[in-house]
Amino acid sequence: MKERYKLLILLLVFLGAYFIPWTDPVIRRSGLEAVLMLQEYAQQHVLTCLIPAFFIAGAIAVFVSQASVLKYFGSTASKILSYSVASVSGTVLAVCSCTVLPLFAGIYTRGAGIGPATAFLYSGPAINVLAIVLTARILGWQLGLARAIGAIAFAIVTGLLMALIFRRDDANRAAGAIYVPDEEDKSRTLTQDALYLLTMVLILVFAAFAKPAPGSTGLWALLFAAKWFITGFLLVVLGIMLKSWFSREELTGWVEATWGFMKQIFPLLLGGVLVAGFLLGRPGYPALIPEHYVQSLVGGNSLWANLFAAVVGAFMYFATLTEVPILQGLIGSGMGQGPALSLLLAGPALSLPNMIVIVGVMGIKKTAVFCSIIIVLSTLAGWSYGWLVS
Amino acid sequence: MKIKVLGPGCARCHQTEELVREAVAEAGVDAEIEKVTDVMKIASYGVLGTPAVIIDEKVKSVGKIPKKEEILKWIGK
Repeated sequence: MKERYKLLILLLVFLGAYFIPWTDPVIRRSGLEAVLMLQEYAQQHVLTCLIPAFFIAGAIAVFVSQASVLKYFGSTASKILSYSVASVSGTVLAVCSCTVLPLFAGIYTRGAGIGPATAFLYSGPAINVLAIVLTARILGWQLGLARAIGAIAFAIVTGLLMALIFRRDDANRAAGAIYVPDEEDKSRTLTQDALYLLTMVLILVFAAFAKPAPGSTGLWALLFAAKWFITGFLLVVLGIMLKSWFSREELTGWVEATWGFMKQIFPLLLGGVLVAGFLLGRPGYPALIPEHYVQSLVGGNSLWANLFAAVVGAFMYFATLTEVPILQGLIGSGMGQGPALSLLLAGPALSLPNMIVIVGVMGIKKTAVFCSIIIVLSTLAGWSYGWLVS
Repeated sequence: MKIKVLGPGCARCHQTEELVREAVAEAGVDAEIEKVTDVMKIASYGVLGTPAVIIDEKVKSVGKIPKKEEILKWIGK
């Protein structure tokens, strides 16, 4: 961190402490909401959801070969494969948002061209494993699923549209050698890697298994009653796999990658939860922003509300994962399900700082078209989803 | 010798830059180390994946933090 940023943060904290009227009842209530929302996350989501998800993200970053994915972004790769891989590769490549932009620039200028590049640019930050897991956990599995499907479908549609609109420019790109990361020698088979990841995903699923509705019976209730036994058993299985399949260096690498994500993302999420709690409060509790504002802007499921959510989402910058507590606060204050999805689909992929870098790579005209496509698609998807669930 | 470390400001890229500096100091070679953060400049080397290490305009490693022994080998000591 640069020294002037540190100074800026200190200055902001000082000004906040000095000027915010903390004795005012509304401010007091909001401050309390911020802390209570943080407690809700700490008690309900950190141990059973976020920590396992971080370990999975770390495992993907270390053990899934990037080279095997990146070769589909070369200029000679088959187009259908490029698009399909681009739309889902975010799960493997983009857990760290800082890798997205250089990769995008590389694919655009040297690799498979504008279509796959923009498909990747869109899907990268939107479908990483942490974001989908946290969305499903906190905002409901329907919204999590809609987000995952929407992100993949949009990536392909956006990529194809961009390639179609700018097919002339695409033909005279600079050609040149491209370098992808080396394949690493591994002692495990693909099946072993898949089983290992699957075990961790199952641990996440069972540890976070939701309490069934009171009085319900059948498989759901049975699984819930046994969830800690199943989780414990899976942990033992995981332990055996780690001991027999992995070398010491690999395990160290895994823990280091996991820790890297944790220290990068946890502070941002902490800030995001506090800000969301302060401004919007937990669902059902009012905080600083009165609920009727939220309801009048993004309540219900009108086309206008969806468009507004998509445009705000596109320009606003969400640090990794913070879109989830912010949306939780907004939905609790009366935001409709449709506009919530619009914001989720337009939000993480685009932001003003992000757009400025994209303009530097492919010029203002293409960037404007790219952003417009995403805003229009997000609005329509949110609108349809809101209509579907109501 | 000119060494370039390509990567935006992420933790892995800083680690790589530090390793390169350590290796250069250890080997005692005369090298100019440059950190390249501009996205278009990074792309112009055709690397898919950061951090990347370029020595005298030749791509040495892509998308990973190289080991110090590897860097020492590249700079010829």
